[in-house]
Amino acid sequence: MNKITKNKRWLSFLIWVLIIAFIISAPSILPVFRLNLLGRYLSLAIVALGVDLIWGYTGLLSLGQGIFFALGGYCSAMYLQLNSSQDFPNNIPEFFGLYGVTKLPFFWEPFKSPIFTLIAIWLIPALISAFLGFLVFRNRIKGVYFSILTQAALLVFFNFFNGQQKLINGTNGLKTDVTQLFGQMVGSDSMQRLFFWLTAIIVIMAWFFSRWIVRERFGNVLIGIRDDEPRVRFMGYNPTYFKTIVFGIAGALAGISGALYTVQSGIVSPQFMTVPFSIEMVIWVAVGGRGTLLGAILGAVIINYAKSLVSEALPASWMFIQGGLFIFVVTTLPEGFLGWIQSDGPRNIMVRLGLRRPLSTYPSLEADGKEEVKP
Amino acid sequence: MQLILESLFNGAAIGSVLLIAALGLAIVFGLMGVINLAHGELMMIGAYSTYVTQLVFRLPALKFFYSTYVIVALAIAFVVSAVVGILLEKTIIRRLYGSPLETLLATWGVSLILQQFVRSVPLAYASGLIVTLLIGLLSSFFLPENILKYKHKKFVKLITWIISIFSGLLIANCLSSTISKLGRASARNVDVTAPSWMRGGVEFIGITFPITRIVIIVITIISIIGVTYFLNKSVWGMRIRAVTQNRSMSDCLGISTEKVDVLTFGIGSGLAGIAGVAVSLLGSVGPNVGSNYIVGCFMVVVLGGVGNLLGTIIASFAIGIMTDLIGAGRLLTVWPDMPDSLSTIIDFFATTSMARVLIFALIVIFLQFRPTGLFPQKGRMVEG
Amino acid sequence: MKMSITKRLFAGLGSIAIGASLTACDGGNTSSGCEDCTESVTVGILHSLSGTMAISESTLVDTEKMAIEEINAAGGISVGGKNYEIQYIVEDGASDWPTFAEKSKKLIDQDKVPVVFGGWTSASRKAMLPVYESKDAFLYYPIQYEAQECSNNIFYTGATPNQQSEPATEFMFKRSPAAGKPFFLVGSDYVFPRTSNTITKEQVKALGGSVVGEDYLPLGNTEVAPIISKIKKALPDGGVIINTLNGDQNVAFFKQIQDVGITPKNGYYVMSYSIAEEEISTIGPEFLTGHYGAWNYMMSINTPASKRFANNFKKRWGSDRVVADPQESAYNMVYLWKAAVEKAGTFDDNEVRKALVGVKFDAPQGPVEVMANHHLSQTVRIGQITSNGQFKILESTNGPVSPQAWNQFEPSSKGYACDWTDSRKGERYRL
Repeated sequence: MNKITKNKRWLSFLIWVLIIAFIISAPSILPVFRLNLLGRYLSLAIVALGVDLIWGYTGLLSLGQGIFFALGGYCSAMYLQLNSSQDFPNNIPEFFGLYGVTKLPFFWEPFKSPIFTLIAIWLIPALISAFLGFLVFRNRIKGVYFSILTQAALLVFFNFFNGQQKLINGTNGLKTDVTQLFGQMVGSDSMQRLFFWLTAIIVIMAWFFSRWIVRERFGNVLIGIRDDEPRVRFMGYNPTYFKTIVFGIAGALAGISGALYTVQSGIVSPQFMTVPFSIEMVIWVAVGGRGTLLGAILGAVIINYAKSLVSEALPASWMFIQGGLFIFVVTTLPEGFLGWIQSDGPRNIMVRLGLRRPLSTYPSLEADGKEEVKP
Repeated sequence: MQLILESLFNGAAIGSVLLIAALGLAIVFGLMGVINLAHGELMMIGAYSTYVTQLVFRLPALKFFYSTYVIVALAIAFVVSAVVGILLEKTIIRRLYGSPLETLLATWGVSLILQQFVRSVPLAYASGLIVTLLIGLLSSFFLPENILKYKHKKFVKLITWIISIFSGLLIANCLSSTISKLGRASARNVDVTAPSWMRGGVEFIGITFPITRIVIIVITIISIIGVTYFLNKSVWGMRIRAVTQNRSMSDCLGISTEKVDVLTFGIGSGLAGIAGVAVSLLGSVGPNVGSNYIVGCFMVVVLGGVGNLLGTIIASFAIGIMTDLIGAGRLLTVWPDMPDSLSTIIDFFATTSMARVLIFALIVIFLQFRPTGLFPQKGRMVEG
Repeated sequence: MKMSITKRLFAGLGSIAIGASLTACDGGNTSSGCEDCTESVTVGILHSLSGTMAISESTLVDTEKMAIEEINAAGGISVGGKNYEIQYIVEDGASDWPTFAEKSKKLIDQDKVPVVFGGWTSASRKAMLPVYESKDAFLYYPIQYEAQECSNNIFYTGATPNQQSEPATEFMFKRSPAAGKPFFLVGSDYVFPRTSNTITKEQVKALGGSVVGEDYLPLGNTEVAPIISKIKKALPDGGVIINTLNGDQNVAFFKQIQDVGITPKNGYYVMSYSIAEEEISTIGPEFLTGHYGAWNYMMSINTPASKRFANNFKKRWGSDRVVADPQESAYNMVYLWKAAVEKAGTFDDNEVRKALVGVKFDAPQGPVEVMANHHLSQTVRIGQITSNGQFKILESTNGPVSPQAWNQFEPSSKGYACDWTDSRKGERYRL
């Protein structure tokens, strides 16, 4: 084991210890409101992991992850609404009364079952994303065309959900705060604390899952597709299937993320399917460090926390900061902050400032255990 | 007959707005491979330029020429958007050639900043800034070459920039003191009122054609002719096409690829400014005016086939006619005794919001069969 | 393209520096002091300061600040023998409904404000409602809305349909120049237009008229050409258009209907529920002259209270500003809260809520009173837009009309009412 790789190991180990210590201590040090925010931002980290898998590892920039995020959220909210609609006329959720609907639309029926809902939360987004992905990948549409098509798909879903008041309550979305789960109100402090723990556990599970994927041969093929797709094809792999599967996985992660986010923010609405929100998901990964799973998690949590703090202090300035940060990261730190640290960014800065001696060796060779090469 | 004509005109009216908005994008995306998500904000800048021009023409000194302000606004919007676009190219996009996904993300950041900029900065000062940039950038083109060749080149440049900053400040102060509306920052939408000759409609065989729509169609046609002529006949147009086809070869032949990039991006941005004028005549002008169009524009370009003007034209009119046929429920009028099952489906989509869903879905389905659009680009560019 | 690290760094730092220097332009909040006050109380203000709704909602923030400053200058709130200065925290809802819910939680849990003044769109109110109910906090909501809702945790100072759209529909059907002609309904695609139009359809049916079509424009879309074709087809000889479009979509709509000859001259009359003086000045009166509007407050009301309100607002925020009904509602609700707190003698939510019912206030529109269903009794006025951007008031009710939280035309809510003073009645009971 070599010094530099050892350092990196230590660094990521240290970050993990800090994160876990923070999560364990959070409920006792943070006020309820901040804890709730943290829980929501942690759930966003799950969708960011998915974005990292498809963008950071496979090179597919999807601007439509909001679709799958919102679908997961709608699945959970539909169950919760049905679960607590006994007191309303016709035993259907209250909002239907506003539009004169007396019979539950057919696709709501299966959501009366909690088991179906738990499966639907990830399976429906996964199937839809895999299907959409397959249609696109089959035609070898890639790069920016893929991005534009995902954005168009996002608008299709947004307009549909936005326009269908009678089916899904349109613009208003579905609320979960005053619904019941296990006989408790979802918006109550104790339930919210429970959701926080659940989210924290699922984030860590999702991280292990993603890490397992990228470490396996499957992950190597993904990276191969990102770096040179024709060559992967010539080697006998069919990139279409790999891309479809990874896009489906990202969809499933987005669905889980959306469901957890919904129960903690108390509402799911077509606003989750607006263009800016889906692009923001990419921002978190880009800033945190694409191709580093930890970077995706940190990016999602830290940027969102910064957003809520800044917009409390100076509401108008967040757009400037977000835009500036984005340009800064893309032009200056293409690997994101974590990627920059891992590629010896801080050391390079110190070298520039004359504080450190430049490395006189080729670290890549050194890491392989070769002899030192003097320039 | 009357019905078909009305349908065609409505389709052309919707399509021409899409087309003028997508034209600049088609050039920037098609020729340079740059995805500019700030294109909508360049349109917004064009729309705000129209607003400022309108206010200036309302001043007593220019009142006589008020009815012609739209024509002046077209030129001003083109120049202003082009200057902002060139600045964008020189500072950010140039660093990201060859990595379209990064460009996409960076231009999104730019669009956020531009939107917030018009909310937080008074328009008078924004105009001053534009004037500064305009003079500063132009001076390097128009100063005699031999001045710039001397060793005090840097000194000359400094002087020109100082002069341009002062003239910018002067303009800003003049505008904010004479027109109080421009002196304050405001997040509210503003309104551009068409001069009286552009209001109302023309009656023809029982149908009213709104004059604004006709004007927009004319602007679109002129822009297309202009762009086609420029690209095919002028020296710089040929250089642009040469660089598009083979960058390194053109470089070897002595074409300044850097200048070509700036020029292409500037023209694309300027066309966005013209689109902004058109859009401002139809609705209100606000920070979000451009972002409403951007996804539609991309669909037009992708549907038409990247880098193909004819494809872009056909695609935008196809989308326009479809929007009118579906959204206005016209199919039911054309074919009154259609089977019940079909008519319920058509009724379901016969609202403006559902029409949009259906059209985007149809485009995605269409691209299943023609992944590269109506008129795919041939040759090596395809595997980009 | 390769670039040296310094160059990249400079580019990056440059972009951040631009961002940072631009943020410096935003001012902080100023609060004019109260000289006799020994204590202070902080209230929450929650409207969109960014995004599409900022255009409308920022005027409410201005009005609420002005009302608070007026109260402070007049000696603050006196509770238990002490004078309290009102301070405020302004939060940005960012035109995003989940953000409204999030910021509400922040104001209640973190800042512990006794009251939140906030919201504009019905969707934002619906998103906030569960938060206030689950935390048992209190929201004051100032916009005319579709009703069919009656929460113990919300106090509605805007008009209900029977204080705006119902009298307006009746006027259009019976006494307008287009009396007896068919109706066409146009709206933005969200809850207020949808619900309001459901009510209008029932009412027109009850009056014996006909609704020949309706269409909704998705929020953010300004392509109105298909809607205009539909109107021309459905109303070939003129008629009534009921317009519930939102914000800037009105601009596109009015500009373009004029071009195709849908004008009062040709027998088309538009009755708008979301166009007040503020919107008239944005759209341009030349597009609106001759069309109608219905409100509780209109700037042209010729009373000292109305003039004082308009003048104070102009003095505070600029001579070219106008006041309109939503602002008047926002202004009233701050004063009503003050009156209720002083009546209750405490800032405690539950006490203030009980004290609130029955509070009266001499508003710019005339006297208003808080009713048992947490809505206001208000005067209804119908006006025609004139070329100087004001309403010419054609009709006004003799006195305040009492509000109905549950609509009496809509079959599902017919015969129901709301009463929070009686614990057996509550949100929804049969009359």
